[in-house]
Amino acid sequence: MLVYTARRFAVAIPVLLAASVLVFLMVDLSGDPLSDLRMQQPPPSPETIAAAEARYYLDRSIPERYWLWMTGIGGNGDIGLLQGKFGPSVRGGPFDIGEQLASGISITIRLVSAAIVMALGLAIVSGVISAMRQYSKLDYTLTFIGFLALAMPTFWLGALIREGGLWFNKTTDTSFFYTIGANSARVSNMTGWEYFLDSAGHLVLPTVTLMLTSYAAWSRYQRTSMLEVLNSDYVRLARAKGVRNSVVVRRHALRTALIPLVTVATIGIVGILEGVVIIETIFQWRGLGYFFIEAVKAKDTFALMAWLMLSGTLVVLANLIADVLYGVLDPRIRYE
Amino acid sequence: MSDLHNRLVSAEADRPDLTEENVNKGEQLTQMQMIWRRFRRHRAAMVSLVLLLVIVAFAFVGPLVWPYDHTVSRDIAGNLSPSLQHPFGTTKQGNDVFAQTMRGAQQSLKVALVVSIVSTTIGSIWGAIAGYYRGRIDAIMMRIADVFLIIPLIVAVAAISGNVRGGTTWYAVALIICFFSWATIARVVRGVVLSLREQEFIEAARAAGAKVTRIIFRHLLPNAAGPIIVAATLLVALAVLTEASLSFIGFGIQPPDISLGKMVEGARTAAFTRPWLFYPPGVLIVLICLTINFIGDGLRDALDPRQTMVRR
Amino acid sequence: MTTTEHKSEGPVAADDEIVLDVQDLNVTFSSEDGPLQAVRGVSYQVRRGEALGIVGESGSGKSVTSMAIMGLLPRTAKVSGSARVLDQEVIGLNDAQISKVRGRRIAMIFQDPLTSLNPVYTIGYQIVEAILTHRKTTKQKARERAIELLDKVGIPNPERRVDQYPHELSGGMRQRVVIAIAMANDPDIIIADEPTTALDVTVQAQVLEALEAARKETGAALVLITHDLGVVAGHVDRVAVMYAGRLVETGTVEDVFYRPRMPYALGLLGSLPRMDEERGARLTPIKGTPPSLLNLPQGCPFAPRCPMVQDVCLSEAPVLTAPEDAEERHEDPLARHLAACHFSDQLAGARPQDLFQATELRGSGPEAVAEEEKDAEAGSGAEQEGDSASSEILLSATDLVKHFPIRSKGILRRKVGEVQAVSGIDLELREHETLALVGESGCGKSTTARLLLQLIKQTSGDVRYKGKPLHTLSEAQMRPLRRDLQLVFQDPFASLDPRMTVWDIIAEPMQIHGRGKEAKQRVGELLDLVGLNPEHGSRYPHEFSGGQRQRIGVARALALNPKVLILDEPVSALDVSIQAGVINLLEDLQDELGLSYLFVSHDLSVVKHIADRVAVMYLGKIVETGTTEQLFSAPAHPYTQALISAIPLPDPVKERTRERIVVTGDVPNPANPPSGCRFRTRCPKFAGELSETERLKCVEEPPVLLDRGTGHQDACHYSKAVELI
Repeated sequence: MLVYTARRFAVAIPVLLAASVLVFLMVDLSGDPLSDLRMQQPPPSPETIAAAEARYYLDRSIPERYWLWMTGIGGNGDIGLLQGKFGPSVRGGPFDIGEQLASGISITIRLVSAAIVMALGLAIVSGVISAMRQYSKLDYTLTFIGFLALAMPTFWLGALIREGGLWFNKTTDTSFFYTIGANSARVSNMTGWEYFLDSAGHLVLPTVTLMLTSYAAWSRYQRTSMLEVLNSDYVRLARAKGVRNSVVVRRHALRTALIPLVTVATIGIVGILEGVVIIETIFQWRGLGYFFIEAVKAKDTFALMAWLMLSGTLVVLANLIADVLYGVLDPRIRYE
Repeated sequence: MSDLHNRLVSAEADRPDLTEENVNKGEQLTQMQMIWRRFRRHRAAMVSLVLLLVIVAFAFVGPLVWPYDHTVSRDIAGNLSPSLQHPFGTTKQGNDVFAQTMRGAQQSLKVALVVSIVSTTIGSIWGAIAGYYRGRIDAIMMRIADVFLIIPLIVAVAAISGNVRGGTTWYAVALIICFFSWATIARVVRGVVLSLREQEFIEAARAAGAKVTRIIFRHLLPNAAGPIIVAATLLVALAVLTEASLSFIGFGIQPPDISLGKMVEGARTAAFTRPWLFYPPGVLIVLICLTINFIGDGLRDALDPRQTMVRR
Repeated sequence: MTTTEHKSEGPVAADDEIVLDVQDLNVTFSSEDGPLQAVRGVSYQVRRGEALGIVGESGSGKSVTSMAIMGLLPRTAKVSGSARVLDQEVIGLNDAQISKVRGRRIAMIFQDPLTSLNPVYTIGYQIVEAILTHRKTTKQKARERAIELLDKVGIPNPERRVDQYPHELSGGMRQRVVIAIAMANDPDIIIADEPTTALDVTVQAQVLEALEAARKETGAALVLITHDLGVVAGHVDRVAVMYAGRLVETGTVEDVFYRPRMPYALGLLGSLPRMDEERGARLTPIKGTPPSLLNLPQGCPFAPRCPMVQDVCLSEAPVLTAPEDAEERHEDPLARHLAACHFSDQLAGARPQDLFQATELRGSGPEAVAEEEKDAEAGSGAEQEGDSASSEILLSATDLVKHFPIRSKGILRRKVGEVQAVSGIDLELREHETLALVGESGCGKSTTARLLLQLIKQTSGDVRYKGKPLHTLSEAQMRPLRRDLQLVFQDPFASLDPRMTVWDIIAEPMQIHGRGKEAKQRVGELLDLVGLNPEHGSRYPHEFSGGQRQRIGVARALALNPKVLILDEPVSALDVSIQAGVINLLEDLQDELGLSYLFVSHDLSVVKHIADRVAVMYLGKIVETGTTEQLFSAPAHPYTQALISAIPLPDPVKERTRERIVVTGDVPNPANPPSGCRFRTRCPKFAGELSETERLKCVEEPPVLLDRGTGHQDACHYSKAVELI
């Protein structure tokens, strides 16, 4: 098992390295962080531009820049991924990419984990129901909801839900739904419990929006794998033993059908990260999504690279966890 | 014994032609006719097909006959409610929303078309080659594909297109989407090909002396058509959503051109105040994606040779 | 307790109590094209301790019947009629009620042991589950009982095995676990649905033994469902033959096997190649294919294929009745011989050859006679050929070795071991000869076939065609030679591209070799040659039945006028009645076109029928080779002897009285074969007869093929020919 995990880990490293090259080239080649400076009126002096270029290492060749970005060797001490430094931000000195990223994570992680838990729970329940009642009205309804959710643009639904919340608040003259930010403006004088309730309240609407796409995909998946298991020979044998149907479904079918879902759900974090960018825009959260959009708008190349590397690492890590979990859950893999 | 013999002779004489083993009854149908017949039985897919054709006509024929276009016009008053003249009203700046919707749908469909052709072609061939050769070639090719899958699609496209000054056109957005999405198709195709290549008919082709290109294009890809189509339709729907999302968060297609996402962005607070601005673009996105997904589902069923007439 | 005469032959004595009483059972599935009648009016009874065999081809409804009794059919299936288990009606019970019957009163064993056990639980857990479902006992006690059960079904080291997962056990072992589960609650009835079909013959013999043990232990009645007439002959008291959802003949094994009264049963027996008969006797296939269950003919379901069909057969369905002149009168009503045929009276003493013409589909009338004569000549000619080395050697292999690397899963794909699939074999295939390569799965016979065709490259050794080396050729250099060497596959469903028309499939080899223009005319000729309608070229493979598809595969292989056909298990996926037609076709084609066959097979009965010479493979090595006559009359290697013993004969008396050489255990892992003689781990001689010093030689010295005179070679240090048939 340990060997298996180590081997998987070894495979992940070259993928991550390749991803870093892709991320670097993609961001580096697609835009010029100094374009705003160059377009300024009146035009800044060549010296100013040269100084800025030196500050952001634009005076070096692409391979050099990549090397610098990775290792920080030969830089000004503000760059080098392997040293935990992300490079200078075009938004000036006080904007520390690492710090900002960390604060973004602490906010976004609530949203992401709430959405995953909710999507998984609902997906399992509706996938199992759909499979047990295959071709029934209920199955068709759930299938249609799934298709609809897959076709739903998150931003549009998010905007609709938010407006719905606002409208509800307005018509009932309450502030039942929180529609802005991850927390209320004043959190300093709250007790722990109040803070928790406040955070949870702010989570409701964004989570509902964020989990929908994942729910749709996962419930379809769960239905298929459940159906496959229900039609398997070993479920038939379990019935033939005289085990009651409900027990067969729980003990034999669900237990085995959950294994593939674990992998799919773990890898599904990619989709969730996409959703975060949009949902944070709509609900005005200052998390990772906000960080990303601001970085693109400011053409803050090093911030962008940092963000993309973080998401890449998360995805690779998720794949790794999926593989290991699969090994834990399925004895056939475990002993390979 | 002689009686038996007599019976045999007489039975032989008045027996219908049974020398030929009884081939399946039913009229002769070509492959295409069979697929079409099975597709027609998928009600959701049929409805979707009709609906999608209507949307295509709306997006491409509509602008030719509709008196307004999507740009701001001095002849149009701003903030109008729906009327016969402007079915979806007008924006604050004075755009006819109906014309904007047509234009936006057109952009979405064009992106869908490009992605469906480019991503599917590249991904299919990549996946087929990796799956056919297996071993080291497969490992390297799939690791390369993995790298493209690591970065979430919207994020990757936003990072590139947002960085480009002056915004991007629909085909640039479409091509960037292709660049980051072909790998999903490649993964699916590789998986299918891996199992297909173990089938005896592939070995039969090799035993007859067929070259690799023949095996891939004549045997492997046609047999992987079902999964490819499903993956492709899911991807195309995703591309439409990506393009719209991108415009919504402010990247991608830029004014004065318009896209459905941009329209939603402009009307994002209008859902309850001026719904005619908010709903048309959103519903249209949903319809395009939904119909494409259902058509894919129907095609998968229709193309599956194991889909017998028996449904237990 | 009274036992009737014939039953005393069975291993378990029966008493009078009827434990399973099925009356007028019907099962209908709804399909888009209308109702599909899978089972129609089936009635039978089984007594305690008795064994009933239900025989039929695929789609005859034999499995559906038992699934209906167990209540395991999907909800959409409509079941009517009655099935009483110990006087309790089980049709229509709800889940809670039927769960009390399942496992406790009736236990069931399924066909595929590889998928019958849940992969995520240990086998101990799965047996304990069966025990605890019906008994109030502690987990510890249940576990002890599980170990005891594993021991009873012949699993070595049960204490260790009980905590293993299914994937750690071989197929034969897993099927024994399933049998142990069936025994867990001492059921009254055990239904075994094709319990050995997925297993190799030597393992099949072991599993059948375990099944007998289970019967003895529990005293249960056995319902054995199978397509294999040989298995039935040796293991049951009574037989019921099913066709198109109906019982068409029932009676004691002796009655049905020796005195069949229904043309279908007669046809089945006639289409079976038999190990206990001389080569050259022509098989008598049944024409046509079983009817679609969707549009069943009004009258007798067998009428469209029956050679003695009359008008009444097409309009009126015959019922199961006793023929008026039944030879034997049984006092026991259950043992009466019944047949569903309007003319069963006329079938007294009939032989299959009398009824079914032993001809190819193309031949009819006088031609047929001529062909039969020709065939007789060919048969005798083949025997002469056996020892004549005069004819030219077409294809030969010398010291052929193939090792498949086992690679790690990472990106580096390091080699971590190798499977020794083929370990140094020599073969010679002569002109106009059939050489059979025989062995169980994993012995390397299919790999050898592919090496000869250079579809995979050998690790070492050489392959020659007409003396010209093939193993040094590149893929492009090999291409023109492929015309002469063609392959026919096992699986008629997987070997034809489902997206191409039959015409395209047969024309493809010609197109590849730049002879596309010929194809227009030749495809039609080829279809005609293999007995298909040339006009069906525009159809797709799925529109044909298994036997027809196999004919298409043969036509494709013949497209380039090859000299050598390599046939990889060409009939093992087909039902017996269809199989016979394909075998006859292959024999005719060989005569007509002067082909040489390398016939790869696990089925010794078919090999006995078709081959001139035989080579027996075990774990990558040839252990014995000789003419068919030599090998079957005087097998010298213990493995060959075991193989021959393990093949069940479709003859109740012979099957029960024959001498057997039984092997134990499973084939060892080819990645790590035993030292010395590879067969020694399973060899009955090694285990039973040899002294310690004699054994040493087996362990240390790999035996080589040695000539015992007259070209009969075997690779055993202590070989001794015995007579087994």
